[in-house]
Amino acid sequence: MDFQSCVNIKKEWDIVGARQLGRDIAKKIGFGTVDQARIATAISELARNIYLYAGTGKVCFEAIEDINERGLRIVAMDEGPGIRDVSQVMEDGFSTSGGLGAGLPGVKRLMDDFDVISRQGEGTEVRVVKWLR
Amino acid sequence: MRIPILKLHNYLLISIQIDLDDQTAIQFQEDLLSKIHESGSTGVVIDLTSVDIIDSFIAKVLGDVVSMSDLMGAKVVLTGIQPAVAMTLIDLGIHLQDVPTALDLEQGLIKLRQELEE
Repeated sequence: MDFQSCVNIKKEWDIVGARQLGRDIAKKIGFGTVDQARIATAISELARNIYLYAGTGKVCFEAIEDINERGLRIVAMDEGPGIRDVSQVMEDGFSTSGGLGAGLPGVKRLMDDFDVISRQGEGTEVRVVKWLR
Repeated sequence: MRIPILKLHNYLLISIQIDLDDQTAIQFQEDLLSKIHESGSTGVVIDLTSVDIIDSFIAKVLGDVVSMSDLMGAKVVLTGIQPAVAMTLIDLGIHLQDVPTALDLEQGLIKLRQELEE
């Protein structure tokens, strides 16, 4: 995989670093203010999940450019405990942290494509894409 | 980093002009409650005109500080929420239903005055 750039998530401030870099990349690709806010917020949620549940991990950004479409892919990965029941965390209102994050359903609504792969004891990878319209 | 809290007559005015990290947000929550306590202010306006991202955590901190101030006897109005921020919050599923809001600082002060006179 050839990523444009990655931000390591180790401390709380890295959440801000990740969303600022993501926003800058989104701006360069040509996203408008509203989508920039959506993308930055989604990154913030994903980075916070890593920080809260896995402790460390990284968020990577990749500009997608082919003949028909342009967009931004964001991959958030960690080697944390993994998600026991993915369908459960995709329900609105489900939380194991006492409501700190709006969670993955919120991220899914902010972005266009959404995939989550998680193996217990191995980690979690969330891949999302926002397409430029 | 600390967010400045200004006192104007009976009101406290705050304009948030930085990208809020979690720690700064929590610190602000504490600072505002202490300031309400020590100044005896009955109304607070938190202006968010320059804030371009509110994620679920910041939204929770802001919602909480409104409820906490209310418990102490001070009314808080959030003003100047940007269109992009409003759209993002609703996408996230955050409605901040019990939080008083106004278009801008001026409207916020009018709203406070009305609420405090009631």
